[in-house]
Amino acid sequence: MRDVAIIGIGMTKWGELWEKSLRDVFVESALLAVEESGVDKIDSMYIGSMSSGIFVGQEHIASLLADYMGVNPIPATRVESACASGGIALRQAFIEVASGMSDVVLAGGVEKMTDVDGYQATYALGTASDQEYEGYHGITFPGLYALIARAHMEKYGTTREQLAMVAVKNHHNGSLNPLAQFPFEVTVEAVLNSVMVADPLRILDCSPITDGAAAVVVCPAEMARTLGKPVIKITGSGHATDAIALSSRKDITWLEAVYQSGKKAFDMAGKSPKDIDIIEVHDCFTIAEICVLEALGFFEKGKGGQAVERGQTSMDGDIPVNPSGGLKSKGHPVGATGIAQIVEAVKQLRGEAEKRQVKDARIAMTQNMGGSGGSSVVHILERE
Amino acid sequence: MPTPSRYWREIPQRYRLEANACKSCGIKFFPPRQICPECGNKELEPDKLAEKGKILTYTVIRVPPHQFVDQAPFAVGIVELEDGVKLTGQIVDCDFEDLKIGKEVKIEFRKISQEGESGILCYGYKFVPV
Ligand SMILES: [Zn+2]
Repeated sequence: MRDVAIIGIGMTKWGELWEKSLRDVFVESALLAVEESGVDKIDSMYIGSMSSGIFVGQEHIASLLADYMGVNPIPATRVESACASGGIALRQAFIEVASGMSDVVLAGGVEKMTDVDGYQATYALGTASDQEYEGYHGITFPGLYALIARAHMEKYGTTREQLAMVAVKNHHNGSLNPLAQFPFEVTVEAVLNSVMVADPLRILDCSPITDGAAAVVVCPAEMARTLGKPVIKITGSGHATDAIALSSRKDITWLEAVYQSGKKAFDMAGKSPKDIDIIEVHDCFTIAEICVLEALGFFEKGKGGQAVERGQTSMDGDIPVNPSGGLKSKGHPVGATGIAQIVEAVKQLRGEAEKRQVKDARIAMTQNMGGSGGSSVVHILERE
Repeated sequence: MPTPSRYWREIPQRYRLEANACKSCGIKFFPPRQICPECGNKELEPDKLAEKGKILTYTVIRVPPHQFVDQAPFAVGIVELEDGVKLTGQIVDCDFEDLKIGKEVKIEFRKISQEGESGILCYGYKFVPV
């Protein structure tokens, strides 16, 4: 296997982008990534998108987007694993370059979510759960994470306030990110007084509906060294699955796919949690960030809430979590989220994260999750 | 949402609580499976769900899917039945304030939702406190 590096990143502001179509949003970020990488051609591309069929009535988007990027006839493949689609698109690009099959590959993600109304968006997101045995009974995505939150609170004493503190921290970080959809601060009181969506989760525990895209370009590390820029290598990649129905899991509070994908990435890179300088995790709901940090081994089972409360996950804490603002503040265009995490990690490792720069960040981790934990993909990036 | 064939196909599980169990390790599955994920055995025998259990976790859905607008707010939980099977469903005939993890419930056959004015009436299991 060849060493692989990330040589270009592209992302534009996320939000409710009514004036832009799916192809507009994607091509804008993808061209930025190609331009930044300095290459004159790409050999293939992977695009993460969860549900373009429901959101904009368009499948077959890999070829469409290759056309609008002006790169036909290169192979282009759409990757789908619900909200983990983006992270897995990167993993496919990594594997293709590592194998020697291609040299320069673009990995992108896109979701255009505001062309439909709230009910359609809820339906589209709901398709990531078991439609016959969860969706059939009227449960929503916030509902599934509410089931996890209630069980975690009961089993470990995690408090309602601790959940709110995840949102407060991520909004603080996001307030420093000009590309974030909601770059403003929130208070614990504001979270606790926001509208109830699925008890105990309130609207400010939830990531928003977002239009957005992100893209990166990868190539062999050997080639990256000739480009005169910091070389950011992908040293670990792990991907795992679990039952998508929450009720089929042994422990509702434990994300086994996150644990398994994290372990594979740590083993491949020869690293452990104490080596990681910053991490971007999949905080689709506040409880998710807590469960993910426990499953990755940053904190003991049941101690994630306390860690947030002690400030261990803040920008100046032991392990800065979601310096970008996370899904919560930056936004969550589902298929694009996994790639945006990589964009932030690369910025941090290059020292280009401006007001949210974590000092001397050299090793970064990203964790991107599908559904209520039915899939998870983890990457470790290192600056050479 | 379901077409007639898609709805009809699930009737054995939803109406009659048909499950199956691994002949080798005895674990029961709902819905029925073709292979046991624990031991890899492909010999499974028909079984039926226990009809009583305890609430493992619950929530109250206040922002519902379109098909459930008339029902909101409503409670949903994961229940562990006496035979060890866990399943997700609505918890009804109960004040939200009385919901508790560990609360004993039984399965009842109820209407789940309705597909518009002239579509399929969707039935299945719900949980009711004992
Ligand atoms: Zn078995």
